Amino acid sequence: MSDNTGSHPAGAHPTTRHPMTGNEMSAAAAGGMERHTYDVVVVGAGGAGLRAAIAAQDAGARTALVCKSLLGKAHTVMAEGGIAAAMGNRWPEDNWEVHFRDTMRGGKMLNNWRMAQLHAQEAPERVQELEDWGALFDRTEDGLISQRDVGGHKYARLAHVGDRTGLEMIRTLQQRAVHLGIDVFMECTITDLLKDDGVISGAFGYWRESGRFITFEAPSVILATGGIGKSFKVTSNSWEYTGDGHALAMRSGANLINMEFVQFHPTGMVWPPSVKGLLVTESVRGDGGILKNSEGKRFMFDYIPEFFKSETADTEAEADRWYDDKKNNRRPPELLPRDEVARAINSEIKAGRGTPHGGIYLDIASRRSPEFIRKRLPSMYHQFKELADVDITAEPMEIGPTCHYVMGGVEVDADTQESAVTGLYAVGECSGGMHGSNRLGGNSLGDLLVFGKRAGEAATAYATSLGEARPQVDEADVKAAQVSALAPFEVEGGENPYTIQSDLQQSMNDLVGIIRTASELEESLSRIEVLKKRAETMVVEGHRQYNPGWHLALDLRNMLLVSEAIATAALARQESRGGHTRDDFPQADDAVWGRKNLVVSTDDSGQGVVLREQPLPEMPEDLKKYFAPAAAESPAASKEGK
Amino acid sequence: MGYDLKMRVWRGDIDGGDLADYTVEVSEGEVVLDALHRLQATQAGDLAIRWNCKAGKCGSCSAEINGRPRLLCMTRLSDFDESETITVTPMRSFPVIRDLVTDVSYNYEKAKELPGIALGPRDADGKRRMAQIDVERGQEFRKCIECFLCQNTCHVVRDHEDNKPAFAGPRFFLRYAELDMHPLDTHDRRELAQGAAGLGMCNITKCCTEVCPENIQITDNAIIPMKERVADRKYDPLVWLGNKIGLRNKDYEGRTEV
Amino acid sequence: MALTDSGKTGVTGPTRASIEARTLRSDRWWLAPLTTFVVFTAFVIYATIRAFMGRDYYASPYLSPFYSPCLGDCVEGASDFGQPFQAFPLSAALLILIFPLGFRMTCYYYRKAYYRAFWLSPPACAVAEPHSAYSGESRLPLILQNIHRYFWYAAVLVGAVLTFDVFLAFRAMPAEYAVGDGETSGIHMGLGTLLMIINVVFIWLYTLSCHSCRHVVGGRLRHFSKHPVRYKLWTWVSRLNTSHGRWAWYSLFSVAIVDLYIFLLAAGTIQDVRFF
Repeated sequence: MSDNTGSHPAGAHPTTRHPMTGNEMSAAAAGGMERHTYDVVVVGAGGAGLRAAIAAQDAGARTALVCKSLLGKAHTVMAEGGIAAAMGNRWPEDNWEVHFRDTMRGGKMLNNWRMAQLHAQEAPERVQELEDWGALFDRTEDGLISQRDVGGHKYARLAHVGDRTGLEMIRTLQQRAVHLGIDVFMECTITDLLKDDGVISGAFGYWRESGRFITFEAPSVILATGGIGKSFKVTSNSWEYTGDGHALAMRSGANLINMEFVQFHPTGMVWPPSVKGLLVTESVRGDGGILKNSEGKRFMFDYIPEFFKSETADTEAEADRWYDDKKNNRRPPELLPRDEVARAINSEIKAGRGTPHGGIYLDIASRRSPEFIRKRLPSMYHQFKELADVDITAEPMEIGPTCHYVMGGVEVDADTQESAVTGLYAVGECSGGMHGSNRLGGNSLGDLLVFGKRAGEAATAYATSLGEARPQVDEADVKAAQVSALAPFEVEGGENPYTIQSDLQQSMNDLVGIIRTASELEESLSRIEVLKKRAETMVVEGHRQYNPGWHLALDLRNMLLVSEAIATAALARQESRGGHTRDDFPQADDAVWGRKNLVVSTDDSGQGVVLREQPLPEMPEDLKKYFAPAAAESPAASKEGK
Repeated sequence: MGYDLKMRVWRGDIDGGDLADYTVEVSEGEVVLDALHRLQATQAGDLAIRWNCKAGKCGSCSAEINGRPRLLCMTRLSDFDESETITVTPMRSFPVIRDLVTDVSYNYEKAKELPGIALGPRDADGKRRMAQIDVERGQEFRKCIECFLCQNTCHVVRDHEDNKPAFAGPRFFLRYAELDMHPLDTHDRRELAQGAAGLGMCNITKCCTEVCPENIQITDNAIIPMKERVADRKYDPLVWLGNKIGLRNKDYEGRTEV
Repeated sequence: MALTDSGKTGVTGPTRASIEARTLRSDRWWLAPLTTFVVFTAFVIYATIRAFMGRDYYASPYLSPFYSPCLGDCVEGASDFGQPFQAFPLSAALLILIFPLGFRMTCYYYRKAYYRAFWLSPPACAVAEPHSAYSGESRLPLILQNIHRYFWYAAVLVGAVLTFDVFLAFRAMPAEYAVGDGETSGIHMGLGTLLMIINVVFIWLYTLSCHSCRHVVGGRLRHFSKHPVRYKLWTWVSRLNTSHGRWAWYSLFSVAIVDLYIFLLAAGTIQDVRFF
């Protein structure tokens, strides 16, 4: 370890690092810049960042983990359902090939096939690893890790802990990271990536607590910053999800792909207003919950698309039998992939069959015993009881679609997660490709683990391969980054960032939401231009110490850039597929659009975006066989519905 | 529907501060955090609040509301009378950073002191087997969202700064209990729990359980069972005698003391 | 290090948010500790007086739980297990009361209650305690709280004796206590019997819901799955245990009421209400 990393536990040797945040300087100290040298800097400490940091540290790298919040608070804690992994604990027929096929079909074949393959192959071992590190998953009768159903997966496949799997995962990884002694920089935001002759040389940021600046010198930077949901008004995402990684990557010259695909989770809370958008886990449906409109009709049977007809039940009787006898019955339509369900709910609400608060009913109370519900869905029970005064064991929930996840992200190499910029890696939600046009439930937690590990190892290998010949941080870049970060304090008489953020969220929600049209998307782009202008003169009151207004002002730049990327890509893709639904092009167009990705990067000014088309990577023949019409029921030779 | 809420919010930093009076418009179904956010967006742009998920799952927005340790996002305004003034202060057991944000590093320090899990080898097929009833106790403790309200309310450190080095606090007694009840862990941490972690300092006055937003029965299910396990190890002459004459308690077979 | 340079510690210490008030709680947080203080004090005074009185504890067929088993120089008919301590010069209650007293003094629930109400450590949650130093149960004498389980073993025996007393309370009444036709044979049941039944039920609920009991029957195990019977017992005890505090209060009242009733009978102040 280099002298200035101060990675030792407090007391081991005299260090000035703050014991929690890692801040080296007291807030009282005047001026100055903190500097650190590492092999690998991981930005973001959710599941992906933690897993990447663990892998890097295990591989021998000096590793720093930098996060905007306290350690263990990242949005991974909100993941509820489980980790998709074909472990075969419930269904011995399950294997990686079935999982691969489900993932590709769920993503409407637009996934990066190699990522989907690696994910399906490696997820089971990544889950076992969590157990080695102390995770306590729910068990089967044989004592193995239990697996549950969610939409789009052929077999019960999600390793889970009640409905708080994400919490279990982040706590386990956090405890592992602490155990390994990884240096953590908490409440520290990265605002710029530093480059030397086109390759990464470090990262620049500020301490939220003190407002002071910090520079990391490191040849490898792994972005694991999560999603972009905060650009939308109704979202399940927290304040952190401002697309930092997406924007940082773009500004440093990397590309984003699939940005038009934003997943609206079908079931978010709609009441009370303060929690509007808060997620209601898909496991409610996996465990027997059904969707009903205000007329009491179980409407999902009216919305089964041709693509999934052969594996979806068409009568309530068959659907209800499926929970106990999956071999001889087909899945209930409530468990179609998320995009299908979200669109169906949207249509019902638009047709005037919504609930008083503008949602539809999710009913498990009439279908399962109170004990069962409390045991299987404790967090949901708690959430509705505490926040909405609704007892879900006695009455139905009111739910509606909420912005949940962005399938798009930094374009990366499937095996190493490296972006177009040497030394820059991206994992988890801020990377793109793995989920195609729509992500299946449970595949994100698997994604974090599988590719987190791969990125950590690849980043370490690259940093090690450099030897002494490391890229150098250019002091001029650091200066520029400081000036840019302090700009909001320099303005006088400008606008409050909260107002601009709120206008952006409203605009994205209204114009780039679940159903899109060309005119609305064009309108959104022109509004973003106006917002960008307004943002140039936004003003921040107070000083640099723990100033949320300033933090928002800096995050807002990322939100604007990423929003523009989404709207631009959405306008270009003239078809409906997965998380992208165009009212003016309601059909999927396999012949044209099914063969290409949309790639977004910054324009020459660095302030706007440019778009280009790129052919989909060609799947090898031995994988294509799983999708041939004749073999549609293989590889696990579906026994369902026969 | 909406009404004007009177709030007193502590503003300041380590050099001092005071309760400031505000009036903010709130509406039906909102929580205290909503009111503070509106304050932030309209009247006090630099009001420091630590928060994340706003759903009671991440444990970031811990503070004290009318003197009681609570999560800002899980305290509904409907619990109070509309005419009541709501007082919000930062947690009072930790050093204040600014406004409602405190330095909770004490907890991260304690986490580092705790030896991690150490399982034996996996089964021959590469999997592990544990019965559901054997993991359930630990699962209750792993519901912990690390809001540190238990640590904040515990008088052992709240009222006695000097106890902090010797006392891990309820959150980490949960962790000790979880590991001690883990069916496959190979370490015996009882001596450590009583010694380094200061389990004996706890006088089971149950405030940790009272404030736990996850309703974890910290005292009854973790601390007291741990105290009993420590008593097995250290204070029970019958157990000691049994060990002497070879009647060993098989529960701890294969575990090494750390 | 206990006192900081400013002379203040705890919530008013130098690093904490500067708030003068020792608590900002606006609810009636003092009600619970005050109630506990009043009731426990009253019980202790009453029990001390009764224990030292050394008389009016037996009104055949009822024996006061304070004096059961009566092993000292007890009145005729009160000693069902002999009088091995006949030479003991003080009240026979003192010989036996040490066990239930010790059980309750070291009980996890009572500890919480009296640490709060008597020691004010803390008086209520998030209310600053008045002490400048604190070491909890980590050294003598409070480290002795760890012997709770031995008192539990004794409490089981005491519970058994009190159960036996209930059976004896169905005995016919001797002539001098008899009412009405002066019946002196067969079985009987009076208000005393009923009170003793209620008391023994609460005593058992309290004793079996004890945290040490929960540990002994199964809580100490790491693998419930290998001990199905003990697991079952543990789940039952766990269920009782959630109301341990309630049983502690109910049994405290019931034992005092039974003793008072027998006291009044033995002193001739009242007469037993006969059911049959």
